[in-house]
Amino acid sequence: MGRSLARLFVERGDWVALLGRDAEELARSQSDLQARGAPGVRVVTALCDLEDTGTFRPALEGVEQSLEGLDTVVVTAAVFATQEKLEADPVLAQKMLTVDFANTIVFCEEVRKKLLLRGTGTLCVFSSVAGDRARKPVVLYGAAKAGLSAYLEGLDHRYRSQGLTTVCVKPGFVKTAMTAGLPTPPFAGDPDEVAQTVLEAIDRGTPVVYAPPIWRAVMTAIKAMPRFIMRRAKF
Amino acid sequence: MAPTRIAGWGRQFVEGEELQPETLDGAPPVLFRGLGRSYGDSSLPAASSPIVVNTTRANRIIHFDAATGVLRAEAGFSLADMNRTFLPRGWFTPVTPGTSQVTLGGMVAADVHGKNHHVDGCFGSHVNRLKMRVADGRVIECGPDLERELFLATVAGMGLTGQILEVEFGLRRIPTPWIWQESQRVGDIDEYITCLKDAAKDWPMTVGWIDCLTQGKHLGRGFLMKGRWAQAHEAPARFPKELPNIRLPFTAPEFALSRPIVQAFNFALYNSHWPKKKVGLTDPFRFFYPLDFVQDWNRGYGRRGLTQYQCVLPDSAGTGAARRFLEILSKRGGASFLCVIKDCGPESPAYLSFPRPGISIALDIAVRDDTQALIDALNEHVLLEGGRIYLAKDQFTRPEHFRAMETRLPAFQAVRAKWDPEKRFKSAQSVRLFGD
Repeated sequence: MGRSLARLFVERGDWVALLGRDAEELARSQSDLQARGAPGVRVVTALCDLEDTGTFRPALEGVEQSLEGLDTVVVTAAVFATQEKLEADPVLAQKMLTVDFANTIVFCEEVRKKLLLRGTGTLCVFSSVAGDRARKPVVLYGAAKAGLSAYLEGLDHRYRSQGLTTVCVKPGFVKTAMTAGLPTPPFAGDPDEVAQTVLEAIDRGTPVVYAPPIWRAVMTAIKAMPRFIMRRAKF
Repeated sequence: MAPTRIAGWGRQFVEGEELQPETLDGAPPVLFRGLGRSYGDSSLPAASSPIVVNTTRANRIIHFDAATGVLRAEAGFSLADMNRTFLPRGWFTPVTPGTSQVTLGGMVAADVHGKNHHVDGCFGSHVNRLKMRVADGRVIECGPDLERELFLATVAGMGLTGQILEVEFGLRRIPTPWIWQESQRVGDIDEYITCLKDAAKDWPMTVGWIDCLTQGKHLGRGFLMKGRWAQAHEAPARFPKELPNIRLPFTAPEFALSRPIVQAFNFALYNSHWPKKKVGLTDPFRFFYPLDFVQDWNRGYGRRGLTQYQCVLPDSAGTGAARRFLEILSKRGGASFLCVIKDCGPESPAYLSFPRPGISIALDIAVRDDTQALIDALNEHVLLEGGRIYLAKDQFTRPEHFRAMETRLPAFQAVRAKWDPEKRFKSAQSVRLFGD
């Protein structure tokens, strides 16, 4: 999804910095964006790993310099595993909880400071519909994402008036590497469509965006379900 | 987990699993598959090896040289994506099939051809380099002047020689993103063939539709479309609008394509071309990809799906070959909604490349109880005429027919055996036709 979104940015002429942990992959995506981008687009990369908080500040400062400032930061990375795997492997569960909740927030805090210093900017973070309602297949993952969504909402309340716009993306099921091997539910989305929805939300400053948009209705229905149904439901 | 099912464009499902990784680096040594637009079972897994890898997420551009037009991209890069990116900059693929929903890897593996085959040949003849992973895990580069044997077996090799990771080929400069088109109504199949061969002398792109249900005197009436890229003084300065994209929300009932309905459609289509000749500008989307307008048009063929029969009838069969073919088809009552006849130029050196000098006939056929018998009869006729069929469309051909048509098969199999002795790369089609 990050790749699709970055393409939309460069096609309209935005400069982009890619952060990631695999230098070779970053370089390949960099040349892709360079070739697709409008003339004069600048694409830079920096190594950054959500598992290692020490990489956050150097990466952000590096790309801030090479892009001559940051106005929008998008966080798409996360760890995902099925509930069964997370229950069976506490090390993996801890990694997921750390990366998806604590470290993502630590990263966002770095970004918050930078954007507030600048006076204006947008922080767009991919949370998940899993954080909207506790459900059997996403007890742990959903807990991390619920926390993340709460943080993003708080950030929006507290800092929007000071120029920091927060966009919390709640993807429903999107066919990506993260969801590979899972049975495809109804309303599954495609990364390119999701990217388009997210780009519009970033431009408008929409605080919460569901992608594909139909998931807003789906989650409203699920949130309205009483506990005794959720205990029986399989989803 | 319940077993998943995969199908080609003809919606003939088999059990299997389709992986869709973000990068092809760690992909398991199994058959690669692109956007699944081959009609038959060429992109479907063999029963003994039920996994295929879908390459469509590996769609990055590696390099584009704006001075020469040379483009190198990952195998999952699609033609639709290429057109969106490069058409506005004045570049177009040297060869395009009739849909833009294909990947570079698929275009190489099927060695696709287009309306310009009589002048430009197949896609494979424009490829400089392929980056492949072969059965022993090595990643190697090949091209017309590098590992030539492997290259010639991989082009049109239906993914059976190894995994195509990257493709490098030259895009062409186009004068404008518009097409100058002339279309001409023809009264029967003989007139059609004469006009098609005449048009080939003056026009870089030709294609035509014929009505293959009307019998007797008007057998094979239809129209022939001729096109070329418009020059700057003929075309508007703006970029053409892309076709809207609609989805078929449901699978159509079987009677939707029954004989009377197709007959009525053909009648209406033929008579819509009231003037003998129409000339004018059109856009490349309508000209090259008229069917991309409806995203899942294959669902229009109902629950049982469809197959496409495409064969080439060589020049040596004479000018009456097309008429004889249509007579067999109409005698068997095959109701084909779409019948397209194209001109084919010289044969490619790639071992299994489909076209050869002559004409190619493509029919979309709704699958029914008698489809196997119909395909058998058509294949027997094509064999007599010295022609052959196109693997990318095939689902029903019998191995003995294919082996008789494809004299180059043993040479292909020999190269394949050299690079993949254990036959790690196989498809439902290679099992059916080559006995893998």
